[in-house]
Amino acid sequence: MKAPTPEGGIMEEMKERIIEYKISPFRGWRNWDMFSLKGITNWIQGWLSANFSSAWVLFFESVIVILLATTLFALLGLVLVWMERKVAAHMQIRLGPNRVGPMGIFQTSADTLKLILKEGLTPDGADKFLFNLAPFVVMIVAMLLLAPIAFAKGFQVWDLNIGVLYVSAVSSLSVIGILMAGWASNNKYSLLGAMRSGAQIVSYELSAGLSILTIVVLTGSLQIGDIISSQQNGWWLFKGHIPVIIAFVIFIIAATAETNRAPFDLAEAESELTAGFHTEYSGMKFALFFLAEYINIFIVCAIGATLFLGGWMPLHIGNWEGFNHIMDYIPSSIWFFAKTFFMIFLIMWFRWTFPRLRVDQLLNLEWKYLLPISLFNLLLVTVIAILGWHF
Amino acid sequence: MYTETQIVERPAVIDPFEGDGENLVINIGPQHPATHGVLHLVVTLNGETIKKVEPHLGYIHRSIEKMCESLSYRQFIYVTSRMDYLSAHINNHACAMTVEKGMQIEVPARAQYIRVIMDELTRIASHELWWGAMAMDLGAFTPFFYAFRERETINDIMEQTCGARLTMNYMVPGGVMADLHPTFQQKVKDFITLFKSNIDEYDELVTGNIIFQSRTKGVGYLSKEDAISYGCTGPVGRGSGVSCDIRKIYPYEVYNQVQFDEMLETGGDSFSRYQVRVKELRESIKIIEQLIDNVPAGDYLAKTKAVLKLPKGEFYTRVETARGELGVYIVSEGGTTPYRIKFRSPGFSNLSALDHMVRGSKIGDLMATMGTLDLVIPDIDR
Repeated sequence: MKAPTPEGGIMEEMKERIIEYKISPFRGWRNWDMFSLKGITNWIQGWLSANFSSAWVLFFESVIVILLATTLFALLGLVLVWMERKVAAHMQIRLGPNRVGPMGIFQTSADTLKLILKEGLTPDGADKFLFNLAPFVVMIVAMLLLAPIAFAKGFQVWDLNIGVLYVSAVSSLSVIGILMAGWASNNKYSLLGAMRSGAQIVSYELSAGLSILTIVVLTGSLQIGDIISSQQNGWWLFKGHIPVIIAFVIFIIAATAETNRAPFDLAEAESELTAGFHTEYSGMKFALFFLAEYINIFIVCAIGATLFLGGWMPLHIGNWEGFNHIMDYIPSSIWFFAKTFFMIFLIMWFRWTFPRLRVDQLLNLEWKYLLPISLFNLLLVTVIAILGWHF
Repeated sequence: MYTETQIVERPAVIDPFEGDGENLVINIGPQHPATHGVLHLVVTLNGETIKKVEPHLGYIHRSIEKMCESLSYRQFIYVTSRMDYLSAHINNHACAMTVEKGMQIEVPARAQYIRVIMDELTRIASHELWWGAMAMDLGAFTPFFYAFRERETINDIMEQTCGARLTMNYMVPGGVMADLHPTFQQKVKDFITLFKSNIDEYDELVTGNIIFQSRTKGVGYLSKEDAISYGCTGPVGRGSGVSCDIRKIYPYEVYNQVQFDEMLETGGDSFSRYQVRVKELRESIKIIEQLIDNVPAGDYLAKTKAVLKLPKGEFYTRVETARGELGVYIVSEGGTTPYRIKFRSPGFSNLSALDHMVRGSKIGDLMATMGTLDLVIPDIDR
């Protein structure tokens, strides 16, 4: 067998492989890069293209992606809810769930089972269609956002060329679901919560977008893959001087606000509006809102980790070859999830420490402080990028 | 003549802007996380701005005053533990003092010391719960657990001495029902050490927090004049600069023998009321420290007749509960039961100022203001 050469071109290589897989699908294992998952994805792609027509390949790949995404959703929901309860408990000098399974890890499964068995009530006078649609809209938006996230080296659903733009565009759709839920519930608390949420998400989109733009300016690309590979010699948080650190802080604040988490949980402020926009939801419909909240946290944290902390890129320092090589031995998926969960922990830490802001203070913070700071910060970053002052 | 009542059907779809088309009327309570009980507030809103707050009372009215009329002077005290359940000792204390005043019973010195220590422990426990619940009203959950960590110790002490953790019945006419538990003094001293090392965490976690300060400063303003005209007492009055601490003005038991300061703030906003209460926590510790080692030996209960009969006349006593001035007014016809009884509860007067304090502010401010009023609904309704 001829080894694939760099000059050979991708088509040559694919042809080689297709022939190879037809003989034995397992012979491709030998050529794998140790810690890249590209091998698996390429092998699946190759095997499918070798055996089916292109339409079927697309179909099967979609099925695989949907299965993986749904599994990831379920797992993330269970893990994050458990994690939140444990983090909260230890901050509040309690133990947290510890009865169902070791360290209570099956507590969320038991809770989910309970929620499935509960009746999904639709209140009298509610707009039934919108009321039942709203949780799915919120959920679908969360699912769509998974597409451009690189979970490990070469493990990404769709590395589209406008990745960052796609994320900020789609994430602002979730407000529609929340407004829908608030309006259709036929409840004044829900309505107030939805209106608060609308004002809040629309405002904080701006700071989030501007802080994301700083990285786009430095990288010169909107593609997630490019942004990650631009951090090969160090993460942007360390390479981009103080402006990027400011952008990172603003991003965390805006992400907390966009996911409606304390101290920005005005949309569901339980001491003011009982449960805000999802007051009237029960059973699995409530669980979908709850799940979507946690998935959204995961996604904003994953985006933050990708942009500022290098995604799956291991910790590399300039030209320290030995150090970089040792860091490469830690698998890329571990890097990605460690960074993401670190950011999730930060956001949970906020929730269990701070009181809630008032609605006018919330908007003041955005329009009077964060937005001017981010605009000025973006200007600074642009100057740095043009003059090439970053590392 | 029987007339057919017209059944008004409730419209299926609620018009959120019923009335003049601008105002949104929402019912906060009787079941609501922020009202801490069955208080019902009818709030008229314009957007997020409050135009009017109308408290509706009576959801937990148990006619305690009427019940007391059919109970003897020994029995009626037990009912009063259920009024302001967070300061049960102090309620009992006020009632016992009224009966003692009417019958001119001399309370032994030991009982007086025990009563004051118990009162102050109750005040700390009550303020602890308020502190946690107040932070929870503002959206921070964690302080609640920190407050309960210390409150639990007090509850244990109470349980050991009086047998109950919440609705204690310890003070009876003539003294206290039982002597102190042998380990009481040691436990209280342990609590003081624990509390002194932990109270700074309260300031770190909540008082110094910038969000907390911006949520409470300038919110729910009540001027000194208004506080007086609404009859606000306790930390609410003192937060507006009204000197109204009964322990200082009309000292009872051994309060004139201990050194402590009346906490006054002149801000009149939620933050001032908050600070008054947090400072009172430290002040109560100071009072207990002075008394705990000096509890005199002797009787804990004066010898009284088997059946208590108040002479014909009217008797009034006031004490300082955790929430303000509690007045007990008994009209006696000379029988074994009170002819009429009236409690002047601090919560009722403090709640009456709520509408005045929150008009024109946001919904979040309503919660912050209600939190610092420290409402206990059974105290308001009785």
